Formats: sequence, structure tokens, C-alpha cells
Amino acid sequence: MTTVDERPAGFENNDHKPVGHGRMLRKEDPRFIRGKGRYVDDVQLPGMLHCAILRSPVAHARIVSIDTTAAEAHPKVKAVVTGAALTELGLAWMPTLSGDVQAVLATDKVRFQGQEVAFVVAEDRYAARDALELIDVEYDVLDPVIDVRRALEPGAPVIRDDLDGKTDNHIFDWETGDEAATEAVFASADVVVSEDIVYPRVHPAPMETCGCVADYDRIDGRLTLWSTSQAPHAHRTLYAIVAGLPEHKIRVISPDIGGGFGGKVPIYPGYVCAIVGSIVTGKPVKWMEDRSENLTSTGFARDYIMRGEIAATRDGKILAVRTNVLADHGAFNGVAAPVKYPAGFFGVFTGSYDLQAAHCKMTAVYTNKAPGGVAYACSFRITEAVYLIERIVDCLAYELQMDPVELRIKNFIQPDQFPYRTKTGWLYDSGDYEPTMRKALEIAGYDELRREQAERRACGELMGIGVSFFTEAVGAGPRKDMDILGLGMADGCELRVHPTGKAVVRLSVQTQGQGHETTFAQIVAEEIGIPPADIDVVHGDTDQTPFGLGTYGSRSTPVSGAAAALVARKVRDKARLIASAMLEVSVADLEWQKGAFHVKGDPAKSVTIQEIAMRAHGAGDLPEGVEGGLEAQICYNPENLTYPHGAYICVVDIDPGTAQVKVRRFVAVDDCGTRINPMIIEGQVHRGLTDGVGMALMEMIAFDEDGNCLGGSLMDYLIPTALEVPDWETGFTVTPSPHHPIGAKGVGESATVGSPPAIVNAVVDALKPFGIRHADMPLTPSRVWDAMRGVPRPPV
Amino acid sequence: MQVTMTVNGEEVTREVEGRLLLVHFLRDHLGLTGTHWGCDTSNCGTCVVWLDGEPVKSCTVLAAMAGGHEVRTVEDLERDGELDPVQRGFMECHGLQCGFCTPGMMMTARALLDRNPDPSEEEIREAISGQICRCTGYATIVRSVRWAAAHEANAGGAA
Ligand code: FES
Ligand code: FES
Repeated sequence: MTTVDERPAGFENNDHKPVGHGRMLRKEDPRFIRGKGRYVDDVQLPGMLHCAILRSPVAHARIVSIDTTAAEAHPKVKAVVTGAALTELGLAWMPTLSGDVQAVLATDKVRFQGQEVAFVVAEDRYAARDALELIDVEYDVLDPVIDVRRALEPGAPVIRDDLDGKTDNHIFDWETGDEAATEAVFASADVVVSEDIVYPRVHPAPMETCGCVADYDRIDGRLTLWSTSQAPHAHRTLYAIVAGLPEHKIRVISPDIGGGFGGKVPIYPGYVCAIVGSIVTGKPVKWMEDRSENLTSTGFARDYIMRGEIAATRDGKILAVRTNVLADHGAFNGVAAPVKYPAGFFGVFTGSYDLQAAHCKMTAVYTNKAPGGVAYACSFRITEAVYLIERIVDCLAYELQMDPVELRIKNFIQPDQFPYRTKTGWLYDSGDYEPTMRKALEIAGYDELRREQAERRACGELMGIGVSFFTEAVGAGPRKDMDILGLGMADGCELRVHPTGKAVVRLSVQTQGQGHETTFAQIVAEEIGIPPADIDVVHGDTDQTPFGLGTYGSRSTPVSGAAAALVARKVRDKARLIASAMLEVSVADLEWQKGAFHVKGDPAKSVTIQEIAMRAHGAGDLPEGVEGGLEAQICYNPENLTYPHGAYICVVDIDPGTAQVKVRRFVAVDDCGTRINPMIIEGQVHRGLTDGVGMALMEMIAFDEDGNCLGGSLMDYLIPTALEVPDWETGFTVTPSPHHPIGAKGVGESATVGSPPAIVNAVVDALKPFGIRHADMPLTPSRVWDAMRGVPRPPV
Repeated sequence: MQVTMTVNGEEVTREVEGRLLLVHFLRDHLGLTGTHWGCDTSNCGTCVVWLDGEPVKSCTVLAAMAGGHEVRTVEDLERDGELDPVQRGFMECHGLQCGFCTPGMMMTARALLDRNPDPSEEEIREAISGQICRCTGYATIVRSVRWAAAHEANAGGAA
């Protein structure tokens, strides 16, 4: 792989240096490489019981009866709970993240295959599963709504008859932008291109499935929940509200998490079942779903059917974009997004281009499929938005017979236009797009690739080059605009420097592999001069950390990272007061240089942060008005989102005989502002690129007409292995965020967002000789083969 | 039924059900939680351990079948306080993020290096192709294994 940021100085177009020890190795790795990570399923408590969930075999049915007698008689079974029992406890339904309700256990009907119907608590995992087989449920099967395009047809079965007065499957209509202004631009444009573009239903499928261990102490009424949660604080508050447990008696611990990718943001019925199981039995109860349960019942992502339209002048000036979206939300509206954004941040579908007008209309509907709409490695629907714009821009390039790179560069928002207000109201904080694009072209050797392509085409070979350029909106978000169920999206951070100068920083966010224990130590180290090795990062435990909304939507660095930098500065400010007393000079005469205060003009007179820490805790006087100790706490409310961008180039070869797509090369140049640990950033980018290959070429949660999930195991839901992905080529530019204290933007999801259009654009480019302008993901051999059929063979 | 096997060099005997999977035996009965359970179709490879020196998916082996055999898990990679070069390679080259696939990947990598001390990128990719990592994108895993190959204690690449 080419790692451009290791090239000699002078190559880069900036003078950036990474923050706080840069490419240091990860502090969390020593336990993982010894098999000593502690994941939820590793938690073993004395007397612990196991919960297993009975799920619906059908997509839509009325429950006629449930007989649990035989299951209850199983010698190892301690409890069997149905929806009826939960109704008595007032727990049969729970709120979703978007203000709908979802059944914890079905009471009236089942509404998707895999829905939770009853649960068993037994002495071991196997016995719990055995007992599920003994529960007898009689279903009255109903017609399901599977094809989202037919969900609103008159006479379609009404899925949510639990909702008062509900007579159809409509959830919401949403729009953004200016319809009339957009129509006016379209009406007079030289060129209008439209395309139907589907972003299929996919699943985050982290390698660790979801699960929890619930331990309810009947004596003091305290609930401890080890859970695969990306948002332990938000979950605790929701449990308090839903279950009526006092919040101070709930402790949510997210231990090591085996990947989340947005799939571990919602509260799933299984967590509630385990909690109820523990309350009912008085014993700790573990629930760990298996892979099929994970794929069929926990949060899916995407599932947008989009019509994209683009208006331009004949010479390639893009004027306006509009889109109409039909969103399949499944049986319960469980979209994970800030409350005021039912379509998440889809509004950034205007992309990286300076437009005259834009408009989007969206309708969301219920179907008999699993609920979700989670932000799978993306900041709330940005993946769909970026795919739409980057695909439709390529369609325009096709029609104009223009090079897709040239078309993009011609329409970029210019550096002097930032902060840039888009036609849908988003305020892009900073960006300098063309250098990023040019760097990608340089790494890829774009012109040479195009020459090679021409030669190969002449021999009948199918080589494609795909480009995408994205702008993301990450780091939700300003509390005046953004909340989840009333909880503002700000994050707390607490820093305590011990007497000997070691420190502990407590975060409200939670790593699922992103390396927070390292990155946050580096941020604090940079600000306060204590080496990262001496800074302990505590996270993922509501008893030990300040409140905050958790890790998803690439918000850790933009929000919590800012909090960490600012709390460290607060500690440094106090240290300065103490230093002035120690050195007997005024505060104004002190200079900070990583780790120590010096007297201006007399660098030999200095005190280190460690000496100050001892003084802060020690005997002797402190300056007037300064309390002992060296610690601070803040809650950071971001002023705006951060807007990272990037340029991606993908090269594919398609076997004309089998229609198999091979990703030969992939170049990713990311601009996430100030870079903290380049090694970790590259890792995040690699991860997302692999997601992109999966979504573009392999992954889809499909259903048959009866609503049977066809992607319910890893045999059917294909995730890239080492054989499907190339060695990644990465590079970077740096355009700091003007409002983030260290200029950083989020990067954890950029590549998941940016790579699918590059790959699809490459495949479509390879298929150009067939006269193909668009093909839908996943571009499996059969889909590519279908696309190739019926049109002229490539020139031989 | 009673089963006796050698796990990481120590003989263990336990009373188990005949249907108990080796992965659950190691995790739930022996507390060796470094070996993970990630799927129910033998696709993910988070459960890879060695059975008589060969990497196997322990979700696809019954504990009873391992009776009389030798099992080696990730907990045995570090010996006498010395990390295996594979472990060091994964740390040095950022071959892990969430760490969930990592034990299985390392066990496969160790076995590969034992039979092929200088594997090419293609050979490494082939060796781990029955395992899924959702975090790293594999390039850093490949580099980790190459790093280990270059830092083996003796040139022959023995464990
Ligand atoms: S647990 Fe997935 S292959 Fe064994
Ligand atoms: S490191 Fe997370 S699955 Fe591989």
C-alpha cells in the first residue's frame, strides 16, 4: 500500500503535523492480542441464567394463542415470558429512537419475520434454546406488505393497526429545499438527466452480535447492565423512562464492543427481555443473540428508493438537483437520527457542488420487515445522499460525454465560498476540494489509467474507473437543533490530574474499535503535556463517566474530542495560576511549552505540569481563590457539525465471461481536518472502504414475497473477505474545522459513505461499451450479467 | 458424558453434553474467552483454535470430538512472558480495531507461518479467507503477518 503521508516533506500541500505523538501504537491492543478483551459475552456472574427469544416465523400474522406450559415444565427453565405478561408490567411496548413505539414482545400481531414473541430464562444457553421449541404459538397468517412501492396502495394491509386511527402504512412526508425555484431552474436548463437509483437494505453486521447481561439486585433495587451499547448514557436514561426504574439505580456498562457501526445504537427488545428476566428471577441474566437473529431482527440500514434528477448547462455547469425518495422503514419506525431530522442528514444530497437550487421530497412507509434505519457507519442517511449525488453526477457526465473528474472540478464549491450555505440549509464549515481531488488523481495515475482503459477496451476487456467526491456532515450536534428523544447531543468530559502527574480522562463516548483509549489520551497529551502513556481513558460506564450521547455518526472526535481538548485547557488554565505562585511571577509572565510553564525570557525558571500537580494536591499555600486539586469537567455543545470531504478513485476489471467484478485498485484521499493518530485514521478509512466493496458488490438484505428474509445468515449475507478487497491506497489533505478547538473533523465513516459510488461508477464505466448508464447495487455477477445482456457486446 | 483433552498444554476433564460445541466448552466451561463466537454457519472464523496443530473453527467441532486431542487457543500464544511475533505484528501494524476477529486471525496466521515462514500477500489473504474482519479492511492484517514473518525469533519460523 502507498501511505502518502509518509512521503518526504514538501510533497504535502500543508505544514500539518499530527496531534500528540501522532502514529503511536494503540493503548488498548495489549489486552486484545492476548485474548483478554472483555466483551459482553465474556461476562460470567455467579448464578447467571440465560435468556433466549422465540421469534416469529412469518412476516405478518395475528397471534391466536401462545401455550407455554411445556416450556415451563422443562427442568432447567426458570421463567417463560410472553407479551401478555409484559403488558401487565406495562413493558410490552417501548419507544423507538424516532418517537414511534415498538413491541418488546408481540401482543396482538407479529409484523416481521424474526419479531420477538416470547422469551425463556434457563440455566444454560442450550436449555433456553430447547425450551423455545416447547412453546406453541398459533398464528393467523395475514397478507404481508413487502414491496415498498405497494405499501401505500389503497387496500394494502394495514400493518400498524396498534396505532390509534391508523388506516394506511404511511409514516411521514418530508421535504427540504425550494420546490418552485428548483422547478424553474429545471424548466429552463439545457440538459436534464434523471435516474432511478436504489440503495438496498443492508446490515452493519459487526462481528460481535448484540447482547447484554442484566443483573437486578432486589435488595437495593439496583440494575447493572453490561450491554453492547454505543450510547450507554442515553440508554440508561431511556431505561429509566421506559421501565420506571430510578436513573441513579441504573448502571450501564459497555465493556469492549466487537464493532458497532450504528447497529448498537438502538435499544433492542432483547435487552429489555434480559432486564425483565433478571427482575423476575432475581438472578443475573445473559442474552446473546446469534448471527441469524442479528441479521434478521436488529437495525438494518439504507433501503431508499430514489429518483434523482440533475439540471445542467450543455458545457457542464450543474444548476440544480432534485430527488424523490421512498423510504422503507420496516414494521416500526426505528430510525436513529436527531428528532427534528426524520430523514437524518439526507439534506446534504447537494454534495460538494455550488448549485442554484435543490429540492427533495420523501415519503416513509411501514412494511412487514425488521425495523431499523440505523446510521450504519454514516452520519444519519448521508451515505444515501452521497450515493445519490455522486451517481447522478456520473449519469450527467455520461450524457454530456464529459470526463467525470472534469465535471466535478468544474462545479466544486470554491475555497473562498466557505463557510458555505447549501440550498438545503446546511452550513459547510470549511473545505478545499480541488487539491484533494488532484491528489487522488496523482496517486491513481488517472491519465495513465484512462489510456490503459482505452487500450483494453479496444481488445474487448472490461476495465472501469470510478470517481466519487463526497462531503459529509458529522459530529451531531448543536443542542439547539439536535436531540435524541429530548436528550441534547452534547458530550461531557472530565479530566483529573493525580498528585504524581498522571491523569485520568473520563469520556461520555464509547469505543467499538475506533481506538478511543489512544486517541483521547493523545488529545489530552497535546494540550497538557502529560505523555499519553500516563493518561488513562475511562469510557463506557455510566457510573464512572459524565453524561453524553455516545459514539455514532462520527461524533466522537468532533464532539467528545473537542470536549477533551477544552477540559485539558481548563486544567491548564488552573495550572497556570499555580505555576505563577510557584515561580513567583505574574500569570502574564508565563509561557506554556508542552508540559511546563516557563518564565518569559528566563527559560531555566520553569515548573512542569507534574510539579504543578503535586503542588495542587500538596501542603502549602495556593494562590488566592484557587482550590486544591487539579481537575475539571465540561459539557461541550458543538457550534456546528464538521464537514470532512474526500476524493476516491476505484479501478475495476470485469470478467466478460462470468460478469465477476474485481476491484483492482482503490485510492482514497481524505480530508478530516487536523489529524490526531494517522495510523488509526487510515484504519478507519480501510474499514469503510471494505464496507463499500460489500455494499456495492455483495451485501443485501432481501426478502421473498412472503416476507422471508433471504439474508439471514453469513452464508446468504455476503461480507467481503481478504480475497474481495485490494490493498488500499490512501492519502490526505488537511483543511481544519474552524470551530473545533483542534480543527479536527470526524473520519470514522467517510469511507463507508464515499466508496460505494466510486465502485458503482467504476462498474458502470466498465460497462460503457454496452450503453449502460446505471445499474443497482449490489453488483453481483448475476446483476452485472443481466445488465450486459440484450445490448451490443463490447467491440472485439 | 466425560471428556478429557489437552488445552494449552494442560489436561482438562469435564462433564459435558454430547452436543456441546468446542467454542462454548472453551468459553463457558474453561473461561477461555479469547476464542469468540460470531456466527451460526461456520463463516466468520472468530472461533478459530488449533486442534492437533491445525486451525479449526471451534464452532464446527463438538467438545466430545476434541476428546483425547490437543487444543491450542489464543491464550497460549504468549509464552513465558514473550509475545508471539504474530501478536507483536498485529500491534505494530494496526492489524486490529475492535479485536473480536483478532484471536482467530492470529491463530490462523501462526499456523501459516509455521508451515510457510515467508508467505506472500496472496498466500496470507488466502489463508485468512475463511474469516471475516469487519473493522480493518484486511490490508493491515496482511501487513501484520508479514511483520511477524520478518521478526520470527529463528529464521525457520518455528513457534
Ligand atoms: S463462530 Fe463463526 S465460524 Fe465459528
Ligand atoms: S478487528 Fe473488529 S472484526 Fe476484526
